[in-house]
Amino acid sequence: MKCRTCRGPAIIELPRHNANFCAEHFLQMCRRQVEKAIHDHDMLQKTDRVLVAVSGGKDSLAVWDMLVELGYQADGLYIALGIGEYSEESREYTERFASERNLKLTVVSLRDDYGYDIPTATKVTGRVPCSACGMSKRHLFDKAAVDGGYDVVVTGHNLDDEAAVLFGNALRWDIEYLARQLPVLPSRHGFPKKVKPLIRLTEREMAAWCVIRGIDYIVEECPMAEGNRHIGYKEALNLLEEKSPGTKSSYYLGFLDRMVPVLATIAATGADSVTPCIRCGAPTGGEEGSVCAFCRLVERSAAHEPVSVELVRKKSRSQKRVQAEASKK
Amino acid sequence: MKVILRNPRREIEIDGRRRVHALLVELGLPRESHLVIRNGTLVPGDEELDKDDVIEIRPVISGGF
Ligand code: SF4
Ligand SMILES: [Zn+2]
Ligand SMILES: [Zn+2]
Repeated sequence: MKCRTCRGPAIIELPRHNANFCAEHFLQMCRRQVEKAIHDHDMLQKTDRVLVAVSGGKDSLAVWDMLVELGYQADGLYIALGIGEYSEESREYTERFASERNLKLTVVSLRDDYGYDIPTATKVTGRVPCSACGMSKRHLFDKAAVDGGYDVVVTGHNLDDEAAVLFGNALRWDIEYLARQLPVLPSRHGFPKKVKPLIRLTEREMAAWCVIRGIDYIVEECPMAEGNRHIGYKEALNLLEEKSPGTKSSYYLGFLDRMVPVLATIAATGADSVTPCIRCGAPTGGEEGSVCAFCRLVERSAAHEPVSVELVRKKSRSQKRVQAEASKK
Repeated sequence: MKVILRNPRREIEIDGRRRVHALLVELGLPRESHLVIRNGTLVPGDEELDKDDVIEIRPVISGGF
């Protein structure tokens, strides 16, 4: 197997590009895809102050690494979610990444700063963990960006993430979600601008970026991601991809090219009014004088005694897998 | 060869030599959601793995959002 660019020995094959690459030219391909996404969707300016939402996983560390390499002024924000060992380890990876590269990292702890954690919030709300978790993260990233004077928040969502969300939205024909599934959310009503520079790169490519660049990240899945529909959608799309390489990118990038313009009028009608939360001042969709969803979540969760991960977690797929393997022997 | 699987971390022994592709098929692991790593380096699909190799097969799908 030879590299498409230099004909040297390849280390990775990318069927969707019908090409193989050596390490150097694989990295070059990734950088070009990120630059193209940033340029085509007007995501970032070189003078922007950028805040990267980092989780300690491959995607967010890779995008931070790439942006710094490309010359952007990018700081990191990590939120300690209190999901047992998973959170402790992912924090260590994030802190090590930042200190080795002399990058500025801010850590917000749900337990220390707000008196709750994700397992407890999950128990209190009785909904899937990702619901309380996603809401907490969005609120705190927005707040950190506004308080810190950042121009834009970057997240590590990749092509697989976006294709899976698109698949879910299309399965339900959720027109409003479809209309809002954009790689750039402009700043409005006191919310910061948010962008996704990795939409042209797959999960496998992001993991490969980390291996080649020597970035250690948390490989283990979040123990509360179990039962998350998105993983099933990703697996389904990967089956199609395997048979017909390029399916995921033509599905999602074709949506951006051809479907988003059709949906634009619907997206525009959702121009809702917002008022500041009377507790924290964050913009909220409620009426004058209301309390935002985050402040309500904090209030209820902080009043509850701490709940451990094990108590709220369903039997995980990985446990089931190991049990199945053991019973085969 | 020794094969390290992740999520959770565990090890299996495979007898004899194998090409990377063949090993993934044998273990029922889709190429699109895994990387094969030996001594910190990626190993492409057509490479033959030796019986003394120690490799990691790393899943790349993550949940959440
Ligand atoms: S998988 Fe869900 S619970 Fe776990 S970190 Fe991601 S959003 Fe939070
Ligand atoms: Zn090359
Ligand atoms: Zn509030």
